[in-house]
Amino acid sequence: MSGLQRIGTADIEPIALGATLLGTGGGGDPHVGALTARRLIRERGEVPVRPAESLTAEDFVVPIGMIGAPSVANESIASLDEFTGVLDALREATGRVPTALMPIEIGGGNSLVPIAAAAAAGLPVVDADAMGRAFPEAQMVTFHLAGYGPGTAAMVDHLGNRVVLDAVSGPWSERLARAVTVEMGGTATMCDYAYPGDVTRECAIPGTLSLAHSLGKALTDNDVRGGERLQGLLRRLDGHLLFEGKIVHLDRRFSAGFTRGEAQLEGLGDHRGQELTIRFQNEFLIAHRDGALAAVTPDLIAVLDQVTSAPVTTENLAYGARVHVIAMPCDERWRTPRGIAEAGPAHFGYQEEYRPVEELAGTAAMSTRQEAR
Amino acid sequence: MSTGGYRLGIDVGGTNTDAALLDEDLRVVGSVKTPTTADTGEGVERAIDLLLERTGCPPEAIAHAMLGTTHCTNAIVQRRGLGRVGVIRLGAPATTSVPPLEGWPGELRTAVEGGSAMLPGGHEIDGRPITEFDPAALARTCERLRGEVDAVAITGVFSPVVPEQERQAARIAAELLGVPVSVSAEIGAVGLLERENATILNAALRSTLDSMSRGFSRALQARGVTAQIWFGQNDGTLMSLDYARRFPVLTIGCGPTNSIRGAAHLSRMTDGLVMDIGGTTTDIGVLTGGFPRQSAQAVDIGGIRTNFRMPDVLATGLGGGSVVHGSGRDLQVGPGSVGYRITSAALAFGGETLTATDVALASGWAQIPGTRPVTLDAATLEAARERIRAGLEDAVDRMKPDAAPIDVVLVGGGALIAPPELDGVARLVRPEHAGAANAIGAALGDIAGQAEQTFQLTETPHREAVARAGAVATERAVAAGARPGTVRIAAIEEVPLAYSAGGAVTIRARAVGSL
Repeated sequence: MSGLQRIGTADIEPIALGATLLGTGGGGDPHVGALTARRLIRERGEVPVRPAESLTAEDFVVPIGMIGAPSVANESIASLDEFTGVLDALREATGRVPTALMPIEIGGGNSLVPIAAAAAAGLPVVDADAMGRAFPEAQMVTFHLAGYGPGTAAMVDHLGNRVVLDAVSGPWSERLARAVTVEMGGTATMCDYAYPGDVTRECAIPGTLSLAHSLGKALTDNDVRGGERLQGLLRRLDGHLLFEGKIVHLDRRFSAGFTRGEAQLEGLGDHRGQELTIRFQNEFLIAHRDGALAAVTPDLIAVLDQVTSAPVTTENLAYGARVHVIAMPCDERWRTPRGIAEAGPAHFGYQEEYRPVEELAGTAAMSTRQEAR
Repeated sequence: MSTGGYRLGIDVGGTNTDAALLDEDLRVVGSVKTPTTADTGEGVERAIDLLLERTGCPPEAIAHAMLGTTHCTNAIVQRRGLGRVGVIRLGAPATTSVPPLEGWPGELRTAVEGGSAMLPGGHEIDGRPITEFDPAALARTCERLRGEVDAVAITGVFSPVVPEQERQAARIAAELLGVPVSVSAEIGAVGLLERENATILNAALRSTLDSMSRGFSRALQARGVTAQIWFGQNDGTLMSLDYARRFPVLTIGCGPTNSIRGAAHLSRMTDGLVMDIGGTTTDIGVLTGGFPRQSAQAVDIGGIRTNFRMPDVLATGLGGGSVVHGSGRDLQVGPGSVGYRITSAALAFGGETLTATDVALASGWAQIPGTRPVTLDAATLEAARERIRAGLEDAVDRMKPDAAPIDVVLVGGGALIAPPELDGVARLVRPEHAGAANAIGAALGDIAGQAEQTFQLTETPHREAVARAGAVATERAVAAGARPGTVRIAAIEEVPLAYSAGGAVTIRARAVGSL
């Protein structure tokens, strides 16, 4: 399947919808990003897409996104000059001219910021990202896993204030950037992990913009029946259906800047008589079926409306909602010891050992077969 | 509790206009149902005439007339009778990546936009100004808008936290342009575009509501009704005519709310489900503490995203007129319906179409005087009955908050299609006058005020923040027409803002008082 070649206004909604699914319940609402991208493409033209394989050492690829509180970003929306301003700041600090932009995080609203910025700056966007999903911390990127630091990073706010960071490590960059963001009013546009194209090609997860687009297309295709739509999504994602059920208990708290809690589901259809518990911290992180581990971060867990398969975010979970819970493998790099240390269950405070979703699904299928015998 | 006199409640829905008369103890004296007309006013007049005739109530005995109407929704959906709005946003250069009206459907934008500007001003979440507000820049914009607009909508960044600047700008615009001005902090919560959209719609609807309310006043006067006029709003409470003229957008979505409130009153239930079965669909809402449960999702009105919260209602395609088709395993009931033609099309009324109502009559679940007996073959009857039962049970199961059996109030013209018992339901209550629950709900009339404000807890202690939000809600309830001594705080809800330093929290306060 060939990837996305160009991004026009009609491609924005599918990407936003697919990015919400890959946001695994979090990642921020892509609504503002979608409006910005559509407007800038309408005014300045379509955005060319470059496959990650086409990048060379001559390229300077700049990941760009928003940092800060999504609820603040929905009120104090970016200025028009913020996108080009942050690129100028980075160019002046590094002496290198950006040749392409890239999403740092394909899950949620940050999938669309580079498309808007690429339209504003007249640059292509790379069909790749550095998470393959959404994560809450800036150093949870594949560059960091491969031993690359954040490099020279730049931040700009809506007034045009520029801050350039040369942090010693990803976690330091995250810490300093958070502090700057607060002073900047709670939200800012940021570029980090900007590298020559050969490094980006080595580190980035290829094809994720195309993936988001094709998921969104599948979700908006009205010619498909509900069941086929779900099967189509699972095929595209190498995904597994963990559960079909109804939310019968919801405990959701907003604390220390996170949406935390858990949802309990009672089974329907093939899962009648079973129950599933999902715990979340902005994103869905761990699922247990009848007490046994069913999927856990860094693998992706998504909750989809039972009828439309539209992704349901942790903020929009509701009592009585009937949903499918699906899980899909993360990029292989998250499954290395370092990847699991950075974004595995222990990092989020869970005691379970990481086990790949396909292995857990296989075990469950086997035990069901044994019971059937 | 005597406020003296009768209450006339009217609910204008998509299909029917209902009217009900309540006495001063809120007992239902009578109710009528007439078809909604293209010009909604005609249907309203007919309903009033019919009700006065049937109840024999002297017009001058009516002290309060309450109208719940889809008029404003229709104006937006049909792009008709809307005012042209000058849109002013304060906060530039922040927010300039998404200008006002971006993403609006083209025709609606053409109908509403009279010019827009992004000017300096606005605040950060911690109350610091983004840029200095510039009255001269606003004055220049007003010059440009002069003669082009019927109303102005002003939205400042973080005005729910710092509302004064919008008011200052509103005074300037009102003075220079002489048109009504809507300010966003009085209309919505944090979430700039959604709040701005709602404020623009509100400004566009001011002339719509003016002409509609004049029509209503004239209709009442012509019949000798001297009652005070009230409008239903989407949270199940009423606002005075003056208040409704300032906040017409709040009338949107009052229909389902009225029916849930009416059902609560008729059944004396405060918690449970309300199943409103009409001719084509069944709407199920959740009653908590006497009011409808609100939906958590942002609401689209006419294709525009707003941050209004509407009652959480599940609609399913099953009603009294639902057509039974197919047979055996493939038998279906609905979603096709004979709708208002039921009294001629259904078998029991001498027609040729087998409907859900026929199934209910043949099953002996209900009787309708004057209808002919319906005989069906046992297999079809059994299959159709099971489809209806399964459809309603499924809808109940989707809406109830937990697995325990729940009380359900049945209302609406099609309520007779519900079987005597349903799985998952503790009590199935069928109150008298259930057909006019929506008009009764419109007449019930508590007056509410809501405030949704964001506070920095580093600057405002928590207790003071709650007290201030409560005071604003109380003030708004009184402004909407509540008697000052009767207002109490009905609910306080808090939503901390994610990631923000120092702990910012949005406090939603709701105050309710009597007429």
